[in-house]
Amino acid sequence: MKVLVGIKRTIDANVKVRVKADESGVETANVKMTLNPFCEIAVEEAVRMKEAGSAEEIVVVTAGPEEARQTLMTALAIGADRAVHVVADQEIQPLAVAKVLKAVIEQEEPGLVILGKQAIDDDSNQTGQMLAALLNWPQATFASKITLGEGEAEVTREIDGGLETLTVKLPAVMTTDLRLNEPRYASLPNIMKAKKKPVDVKTVEELGVDAAPRLKIVKVAAPDKREAGVMVESVAELVEKLQNEAKVL
Amino acid sequence: MSALVIAEHDNNELKQATLHAVTAASQLGGEVHILVAGEGSDAVAAQAAAVAGIAKVLHADDAAYGHGLAENVAPLIVGLAEGYDHLLACATTYGKNVMPRAAALLDVAQISEISEILSADSFIRPTYAGNAMATVESSDAKKVITVRATAFDAAAADGGSAAIEAVSGPGDQGLSRFERHELSVSERPELTSADIVISGGRGMQSGENFPLVEAVADRLGAAVGASRAAVDAGYVPNDYQVGQTGKVVAPNLYIAIGISGAIQHLAGMKDSKVIVAINKDEEAPIFQVADYGLVADLFKALPELAEELDKQGISKN
Repeated sequence: MKVLVGIKRTIDANVKVRVKADESGVETANVKMTLNPFCEIAVEEAVRMKEAGSAEEIVVVTAGPEEARQTLMTALAIGADRAVHVVADQEIQPLAVAKVLKAVIEQEEPGLVILGKQAIDDDSNQTGQMLAALLNWPQATFASKITLGEGEAEVTREIDGGLETLTVKLPAVMTTDLRLNEPRYASLPNIMKAKKKPVDVKTVEELGVDAAPRLKIVKVAAPDKREAGVMVESVAELVEKLQNEAKVL
Repeated sequence: MSALVIAEHDNNELKQATLHAVTAASQLGGEVHILVAGEGSDAVAAQAAAVAGIAKVLHADDAAYGHGLAENVAPLIVGLAEGYDHLLACATTYGKNVMPRAAALLDVAQISEISEILSADSFIRPTYAGNAMATVESSDAKKVITVRATAFDAAAADGGSAAIEAVSGPGDQGLSRFERHELSVSERPELTSADIVISGGRGMQSGENFPLVEAVADRLGAAVGASRAAVDAGYVPNDYQVGQTGKVVAPNLYIAIGISGAIQHLAGMKDSKVIVAINKDEEAPIFQVADYGLVADLFKALPELAEELDKQGISKN
């Protein structure tokens, strides 16, 4: 089975994000960019499937600017076999990404597609569900355990009240949650090897996808800042303040 | 102009989350209808009809909708979408799962987890873990929206008397089936609707130490949460997680125990009314957002806190 993994390049999770002074967006100049953490889990899961003998080939796909090439390299270093880079210089929103992935999937015909549940930049949590809709495939979102079977898969999902287990027919789209696995660190030899793996470059136009944004971002503002309060010296003082000053007990 | 709210329920009880989405829908200014898709869910339809301000309840009762499978519910929503300008659900794992599928079938964007409505087509939503509040304007004919519960008060669960109309949809798409649930059983209030939340972080050192947090929680009638670090380390299940990738809470009182205050955790609790932090590291970033900070060893402070609550007669048990 071929597994296709869609990934996104995002601002590193440890960067303190700052809004630009003109409120047109967030500061990205000289900011560390990485593979979105949930996408990293998606790549790792595919690699484990290959190691277990249930996947033969792993193709990673991204839709993004020229620089997203580095992110594909990270995925190739973790263990993906080859990459497809759909170059998009303009902002590309989840519905458009889903359409781009659908176009690539129609060419690649994978038996399973894995995505991260959410990108930590726009926090949309949409692309996997949208892709599944466009393909008319089942979706298993927020997966914490995937067991592949004959023509179907059993997936345990993280839901608000606990866990839910579904069986989905394959091909399917799955999105990863935190506890699905712990991604490995790419070794230096694998980072070197990644540079020799094939990267197929396409454009959004070549795929015939209308990627025009449907949501206009009017402005991006910093949230109201919460001021630090007071330090207390003891538990007794804390309880007294919560009772008499904050009046929350 | 009218809006359709997709109800969240377990076939017996309408979930509180739905009431938050109803409030958001009411702010759009038109009629508000609720869709109850379930199996053996008459009681839920009746509860939905009683919600204040609801003009009509659409009730689709079929085995295909019993477990809320997105593959079956999304086409149902799409089939009913014609008369509605806005389709809304709360940004719970249910809403997040179903709504983008419906949006893509309608060929429209989803506007995720809005925190404010500016007009019928303009909304504010948090991005970058709440560090950048984006004002977005939708050019789509229909707006598919998920709603951040903490940003909209719950609508009154009673006072309404809407008509219930039976509807049907394409039924089972044959793509997926429900196997089982393992739901967390707890006597404590639900994390997202609790008045008081007490969360433990990496500083707890082990899941075996969480009873120290629970002892305080039970005295306060509080829900228990955790940071991503504590979930990652396997101390507690994922449904305890408060943060960017977990649950968003905004209780009257949030007590952070042994939590450093990573950006992604703050994203899930910084709108709480009063924040208390107890951490042995005085440099911990959590103190920058806390109303009351205490630099202390949590293994000493938690038992002391339980004792003090008893002493002051605050304990609920």
